[in-house]
Formats: sequence, C-alpha cells, structure tokens
Amino acid sequence: MSGRSFLALTLTPEAPLTDWLAALDHQIQRAAGFFAGKPVILDLSLMQASTPDLPYLLPALQERGIRVLGIEGGDKTWPAVANWEWPESPMGGRASGPVTIPENDMTPTLPPTLVVEESVRSGQHIIWPDGDVVILGAVSSGAEVTAGGSVHIYGALRGRAIAGIGGNADARIFTRSLAAELVAIDGFYATAEEMDAKCTDKPTQVLLTGETLAFKPLP
Amino acid sequence: MAKVLVVTSGKGGVGKTTSTAALGAALAKAGQSVVLVDFDVGLRNLDLVMGAERRVVFDLINVIQGDANLAQALIKDKRVDTLSLLPASQTRDKDALTSEGVAKVIADLSKKFDWVICDSPAGIERGAQMAMHHADMAVIVTNPEVSSVRDSDRIIGMLDSTTEKAKAGEKMEKFLLITRYDPQRAARGDMLGTDDVLEILSIPLLGIIPESPDVLKASNVGAPVTIAEPESAPARAYTEAARRLMGEKVEVTIPTERKGLFDWLFKRRVA
Repeated sequence: MSGRSFLALTLTPEAPLTDWLAALDHQIQRAAGFFAGKPVILDLSLMQASTPDLPYLLPALQERGIRVLGIEGGDKTWPAVANWEWPESPMGGRASGPVTIPENDMTPTLPPTLVVEESVRSGQHIIWPDGDVVILGAVSSGAEVTAGGSVHIYGALRGRAIAGIGGNADARIFTRSLAAELVAIDGFYATAEEMDAKCTDKPTQVLLTGETLAFKPLP
Repeated sequence: MAKVLVVTSGKGGVGKTTSTAALGAALAKAGQSVVLVDFDVGLRNLDLVMGAERRVVFDLINVIQGDANLAQALIKDKRVDTLSLLPASQTRDKDALTSEGVAKVIADLSKKFDWVICDSPAGIERGAQMAMHHADMAVIVTNPEVSSVRDSDRIIGMLDSTTEKAKAGEKMEKFLLITRYDPQRAARGDMLGTDDVLEILSIPLLGIIPESPDVLKASNVGAPVTIAEPESAPARAYTEAARRLMGEKVEVTIPTERKGLFDWLFKRRVA
C-alpha cells in the first residue's frame, strides 16, 4: 500500500447553465489543457431538481474532456439526472481556496535561474526551490546549495549540493572539482564515501540513472 | 578617519590575541596611533599579552554603560607611546555588548586614532559579531589545519553578510594571516600547505607567521613579540604584515628551516 495525494478541482455550476458553460469554454480557451488529466469534483449545491438544462450538464463536461471524479450536493433521485452515471464523491478532503486558471498553460514560463557571483562559505545555505542555481565560486565544506533544478558550480564543490528537490529526477549537478560531502538528486543521495573515487577532485557531473546516482567525468 | 580592523578566526586558540597585539605594536612602532579593543568580554586576555593587567581600572563595558568615559578606560602603553588598549570586562558576559553602545565607542575611537583594532572572541556568537560589525577590514587568523580553515571560511561568510559594510552593499577588505606555521612539519607534508589554505579561502595573504617559542615567551612576559623580540622570525613576519596593512608592497616569504650547525646544536640541546 502506498498513498498519493492530488489536488482536485471543484466546479460549482450556477444557473443559467448555458451561460455558465459559455464562461467555462472561455476559460478553457485561455488556458488550453488546464483540465487535462486533472481530477474534478462537480458540486451541485447551487442546482435544483428543476434547473433548466441540468440533464445535459454532465455530458457537456465530458465532451470538454473534463473528468468528473465525484459529484457532491444535489440529489441522485432527481429525474433530471436519472441518466447520469453518478460517481460518488470521495469522502473528506480539505478546501484549498479558489484556483486561478493560468493565462496560458500551454507555454509554461521557465523557472528563473539564480546566479551567485562568489563562493558559498561554510555555514551558508542557498535554497532555490524552482530553477537552476549557478555558483561562480566554490561551495565550501559545511555549505549547502539546494535547487529545484540543476546545480552548476564553476569552482570546487566541497560542501553539499542538492538538486531536483521538487521531484525533478532530470536535475543534475556539475562542478569543476568534486570534493563534496554530499550530493543528492530528487531525494537520492550519496555521501563522500559512496562517491566514485575516480572523479575525486576532477570536473564531474552527477545525474540520476534509475535509482542510483552516476558520476561522470566532464569532457 | 581611522581604519577599523577586526582580528577574527572562528576557532579558538589560533592566535587572534597574540596577532592583535603583535600587529598593533608593529603599526604603532611605525608611527601610527593605534588602539587595541578587547571584545572577549568575560574571558579577557589582551591585557595580559600587553602586560597591562595591573593597570586596568575601567573597561569596554563601563564605557558602553556610561560608567566611565573613554579617556578613563584607555590604557597607554609604556613602551610605545602611540599604542593604547581598551580592555574587556572579565566579570560580565557578551550580552552586555549593546549594538548602540559598541557603535558609539567605535565611532569615538575612530576620531582619536589611525587604527582601531578589534580583538574578536572565538565563536560566531554575539561577541564575535559585535567585534566585526563596524569593521572596514578584517584579518582572518588561520592555522594550517582543516578545522581552523573551515571555521575561517564560516567567518568570511559572516563578514560578507552580517556586517555593517556588507549590509550597505560594500565589500569588506579581508586578509589571511596564517599563524603557527611549522616549516619542519610543512616539509614533511603533515600540515596543510599554504597553497591549499589559500585556494580554499581565496582571500589575499597578509603573512605567514612561523611557529616559535619566542611568541610564547613574549606572551609570558606581557609584551607583543614585535616589542619583546623584534629581531625574531615571527616578529619580522608580523612587522612585514603590518607594512602590508599600511598598503606597502612587500613580498610574502614562506618560512623555511635554516639548516645551520648552530641550529642543529641548539635543537639537540633543547631535546
């Protein structure tokens, strides 16, 4: 057994449904693919048994590629929804506030890169949760650099470098001289003892192959 | 306006106080007016090394709290008249160092002297932070061994991030002073080489002070080595370092073991 958690989007249609669907179409147009693969809960609390066009609501959503994971509110016994395949909504869940639909989900902006112009000294900790980190100096023993993306170190790496913290297994670590205390990518780590000795004090890149860290000399 | 210099290291026992006294005395002998300020509140030593322990009446904390004025607390050296000492309190602790109080004392001293040299306590806590906070330049005292080098690295990071100069977006001038350098052990390779230390810390080298019994002897008689034994190897190295602080270009020499017959005889007798 293992658990996973997802953020489910909740749609709460309002009458008149034709207007609401038109507004939804407008949103989808602005951010194509926003609903793709996302679990959606349909909240019928603003609907009544007599709401016009109610029978066509669920098919209309399915037509737009919206996967309804569960239905809340409303009543299964309403004649208007008699033909619906009524998925029970999962129990519980925490409300997490309104979700803003991004302007254009198709071309995600690149996370910014942090450039550190000098050495990272012992005791200093650089955390950059989204993008890459570029260090022009060295990373000293007892210093730590943590990045959502890759870590590029133009000096020697004598401290810790932790890349891909947000679950990015493609992140890498580059350094001009590998003398690290610890390197980690996407949660997989190696201490100095476990590192490939042939790379010690050499220009090296560290990458994740499957579930093991690979140390490769830089050309 | 005076230059405010902090002598710091992170690690204890590397020679901060000895170096403060020796550099200060060398600067004073070169005609500069110098005040040495002991920031090691609660564990003061600079007064002993300067041979002024029997003349302390008021101290830094008294001045900060307004119980005494600077003129009352400053102790003028009897050997070099341009050299003064502001001792630390032995009975208080570092919490007595208030930011405003330290700022005022440093500002007042800056008006009277060419050099204000702050002897930092070991560690990275309040005392060390207060000592470095108002500095224009820093001398980082390091022994050629890994723990000292790492602690120095930590201190350099703090000098570049927590001090007044760093917060104003300016760069602090930093110099590395390697002390207790043993030419014999260096030759055998069982000590971190100067090149390694410089590569790791990557700041300019101010000098290399050889390990010597003269330093200990000088401390025990209560005189900086540059006053007690001015012709000894460590005193010459400190004097050259002081000249570099004043902006002179002096080549750094790495001390090597002299292999004379006298040295050999002397060594045997000591052993």
